[in-house]
Amino acid sequence: MKRSVLKRLLQYTKPYKGFIAGAVVSAVIQISLSLYGPILIGQAIDQCVSAGEVDFAAMIPILLMLGLTILGSALFQWFMAYCTNKVTYKTVRDLRVQSYEKINLLPLKYIDGHSHGDVISRIVNDVEQVSDGLLQGFTQLFSGIFTILGTLLFMLTISPVITLVVVLVTPLSLFVASFIAKNSHKYFVEQQATQGELSGYIEESISGQKLVKTFSYEDQAEEAFREINGRVYACGVKAQYFSALSNPCTRFVNGVVTAAVTMIGSICAVTGVPAALTIGQISSFISYANQYTKPFNEVTSVITQVQTAFAAAERVFSLLDAEPETPDAPDAGTLRDTAGLVEAHDVCFSYTPEQKLIENMNVTARPGNRIAIVGPTGCGKTTIINLLMRFYDPDSGCISIDGVDTRTVTRESLRKQFGMVLQETWLFSGTVRENIAYGRPDATEEEVISAAKAAHAHSFIIRLPKGYDTPISEDGGNLSKGQRQLLCIARVMLMDPPMLILDEATSSIDTLTEIRIQRAFNAMMEGRTSFIVAHRLSTIREADQILVMEKGNIVEQGTHEELLKKKGFYWKLYNSQFAAVE
Amino acid sequence: MWKLARYLKQYKLQVILGPLFKLTEAVFELIVPLITAMIIDNGVKKGDVPYIWRMGGLMLLLGIVGLLCAIICQKMASIASQGVGTVLRNELFHHINSLSHAEVDRFGTPSLITRITSDVNQLQYAVAMLIRLVIRAPFLAIGAVVMALFIDLKLGLIFVVVTPLIALVLYLVMSRSVPYFRVMQKKLDRISLVSREGLSGARVVRAFSRQKHEEERFTQAAEDQTRTAIQVGKLSALLNPLTYAIMNFGIVAIIWFGGIQVDTGTLEQGQIIAFVNYMTQTLLALIVVANLVVTFTKASASAARVNEVLETEPSVREPEGKTAEAKEGEPRIEFRNVSFSYTGREPYVLEDLNFSIAPGETVGIIGGTGSGKSTLIQLIPRFYDTIKGEILVDGVNVKEYGFRTLRGKIGMVPQEAVLFSGTIETNLRWGCREAIEEQMVQALRTAQAWDFVKALPKGIQSPVSQNGRNFSGGQRQRLTIARALTGSPNILILDDSASALDFATDAALRRAIRRETKDMTVLIVSQRVSSIRSADRIFVLDEGKLCGIGTHEELLENCGEYREICLSQASGKEGENP
Repeated sequence: MKRSVLKRLLQYTKPYKGFIAGAVVSAVIQISLSLYGPILIGQAIDQCVSAGEVDFAAMIPILLMLGLTILGSALFQWFMAYCTNKVTYKTVRDLRVQSYEKINLLPLKYIDGHSHGDVISRIVNDVEQVSDGLLQGFTQLFSGIFTILGTLLFMLTISPVITLVVVLVTPLSLFVASFIAKNSHKYFVEQQATQGELSGYIEESISGQKLVKTFSYEDQAEEAFREINGRVYACGVKAQYFSALSNPCTRFVNGVVTAAVTMIGSICAVTGVPAALTIGQISSFISYANQYTKPFNEVTSVITQVQTAFAAAERVFSLLDAEPETPDAPDAGTLRDTAGLVEAHDVCFSYTPEQKLIENMNVTARPGNRIAIVGPTGCGKTTIINLLMRFYDPDSGCISIDGVDTRTVTRESLRKQFGMVLQETWLFSGTVRENIAYGRPDATEEEVISAAKAAHAHSFIIRLPKGYDTPISEDGGNLSKGQRQLLCIARVMLMDPPMLILDEATSSIDTLTEIRIQRAFNAMMEGRTSFIVAHRLSTIREADQILVMEKGNIVEQGTHEELLKKKGFYWKLYNSQFAAVE
Repeated sequence: MWKLARYLKQYKLQVILGPLFKLTEAVFELIVPLITAMIIDNGVKKGDVPYIWRMGGLMLLLGIVGLLCAIICQKMASIASQGVGTVLRNELFHHINSLSHAEVDRFGTPSLITRITSDVNQLQYAVAMLIRLVIRAPFLAIGAVVMALFIDLKLGLIFVVVTPLIALVLYLVMSRSVPYFRVMQKKLDRISLVSREGLSGARVVRAFSRQKHEEERFTQAAEDQTRTAIQVGKLSALLNPLTYAIMNFGIVAIIWFGGIQVDTGTLEQGQIIAFVNYMTQTLLALIVVANLVVTFTKASASAARVNEVLETEPSVREPEGKTAEAKEGEPRIEFRNVSFSYTGREPYVLEDLNFSIAPGETVGIIGGTGSGKSTLIQLIPRFYDTIKGEILVDGVNVKEYGFRTLRGKIGMVPQEAVLFSGTIETNLRWGCREAIEEQMVQALRTAQAWDFVKALPKGIQSPVSQNGRNFSGGQRQRLTIARALTGSPNILILDDSASALDFATDAALRRAIRRETKDMTVLIVSQRVSSIRSADRIFVLDEGKLCGIGTHEELLENCGEYREICLSQASGKEGENP
């Protein structure tokens, strides 16, 4: 599985393979050159034996060579970083854009069924982790291993004996590195989890601050907080401690290697047994010893990073692999300027096969009709909207408009026939104008304003700090719920669709705005087939047809008077609403 | 940052001893190159093998003692830093709890959360660095220069040139690249924002067939972030090669000038090696110093944000000394000439309100957005203090009660149905800590929640996830009502709290409240005439002023604003006819 993830990831880097090749080649050159440096330094030092015995003539070419090595190494180091950056960030961008485009292809079933926070975190955090762990991780892994091998090779050329000494100490550094990595990872995971718990508690109790006060709950909240905080401390100390051990331990292992190399090297130099060694060569060894542990640490720390990155990549790919919406048929027609005859024939639908919802629904809405959908909370009123707009497809049966099965036309053309205003208003972070012109970005200023006027939104818009250019903050927080809904109505007004889907707000809208919305709705419904998820009796009464829903099924159908006469579910519902409280 | 130093007091031992241990290790580290030079110049050159063994053994010993010192220091650093963080978090949490609504509003919830989480983490990290590196790193950087000067004054001058040069490069590169990280974060936030909008607006985007547009918006945000990332990358990529090159050219200079000195007999070969080693140490130490500067810059910004919270005084305070007790036979709630504004200045959000409400009375409050309905009810539990006039509950000014006494009288159901993670039972206990099961079941019954709670496999022990996401909006609302009822409050305030309920449930709820709670004063804030029309009295608010008080029928008769509201919600006939 991991191999396939890696393979797939490599696919994404393909457009940038020039940069990858550049990074690998420069890594090889840079590491070789920087490892060659200590040898040259050693040789140069060998030229300064003692007073009067310094061979400057021999030293000059060595130092010149050293200078070139330094320049070359620096240059390629820079180039390697440059290439890795390009590959990493461009791949990240491609992955993100592709993930986002995927969202638009997914059926609403997926979007409704997954936490948005989770999907966002895949696009933002997981992709970031893939770049940190897999792309940069592999560069580090590659250069780490290459450095270890290179160092051994260079050391062998100077003295196999001392190389042997170094190799014998190697297990120590491996052991130390993995001991620290294992422990710090363990406690780190624990710390993350506890800290996550604490953050969750903080978020909950600080957002609920006012409630905490309302119920004088301060003491309990604090007690609970202290308890979690105490646990954060306990595992935080351990996690901190183990991760902090890494540097001193590295220094220690380096110190041991340095001491061993200096001692054995010096003894070899003095006794010539088993092989003679120059002072410069001892110095080269000391340089190597000083950086010997570093690549080992890098390699071990990268391995955990790579593991998390694999998990992240899998999450991203599982989003990309999610089953997309069935595409429009290749020969799909387009709906244009429909009259507004909407018919449902024997429609069956359920979100999950285990729980049946709509069964054999038959509805006919004639052009210009107002259809009110009523029923208690959670009876599936919004399901009708989902089916009409083809956010979901029926399991069997069909819905037709002007006699055309909606599945035989493109979704785009179908959806353009409907104007939709939902209770949950959705505005994006742009200006008021951009939001009104959302469906028709080419609309003129006059058209936008007249749509806003028709929606009774103009008067409040011009009182906003920047009028039509006022930016709408995230989630439209700077506007009231009612004002947001008026903007959504204006957006639909501008589209002038032949049919409407309206979701009446239950409440929370101030009365003045409510009056405006009502007027706007009425103006809009004039001459258009409209489906209204209704909460207000006036709307219901004026409807040409009422669909009474209970537990996903349409249990009654007819006009207000007809249904009252029936003394059925609607009658009960109606009476409970208006029965005197006494 | 210094203001927070008091939190270190508890960890005096660690803060003083930790760096000392670390310093010991650093001293040893500085001695090692010197020993190497001695081994070469005294041991190798003179062929003294026992000397080599002795000195080599000394090196190992220094390494071991150094490691032990460092381990002690790291332990102390982690205890002190995590300890300071924990204390700070407790303190902050406690303080935030003591703030009144006005201050919480001013900071905003997200900002308070960042301050108590990531800002404290930043400070925690700074404390660890303070103990671990603040003494060590500069000591090593300067120590290497001093040692070099000590071995040979003239050759040591190379250090005097190279060290500032490396520092300069570090400064130039980092001072330019570090500020970019904040920019990067902003751009990443933008990517999240666009994704969130794309997800929450999936229906609208599709309804208007604007997928392409949204994709463009996203690509733009992603592209923008990539561009910055590459730009920063280019800049920071300079750091390592430049410092590496400067350091190594320093080594070239050491060998050349060292060679000249060896030739004249003023320097030994082994000492050149020591010089080379010191040069390497200098670079490493300087990089650490540069990172420390960044850490402490960030930490001081965090400290300022944390301090701002700690220094904020709550504007609503409990009375000192003896608190008042309720009086018998007084109106339950009385407003006398009450004016209020959030800013403390005119224009007022509520202006000159005068009314009194009797025990057992049900009052409906209706009015447009900005008419001050929610503000009015928030004054009763003293979430804010009035600017003018006074509010009395049970005949006593609310300012004379202890918070617990006053708020214990009031059961508040907020607009947003917020539940806390736990179980239904733990949530109900918010209303009354000692509530017995019957009490809770009764509250659930009255709130029309018992039917669905009973049907849950675990009943009132059923788990509630954060924000109560595992319940529907209507269920959450009924649970919040039950929570308020559990404490059997004298005053029940429903702040537009039935919005997610359908008419039938809403009506049943009002009937049950009426039936079960005879002496309870009920305030219902609502937008729906049907929710308040059967109240004993209805208050009509308009732009902060009371423009009508009376029953539904009276108001229909003589209050224009009320009539308009009714007309907007139902056909005229419906308004009159039960």
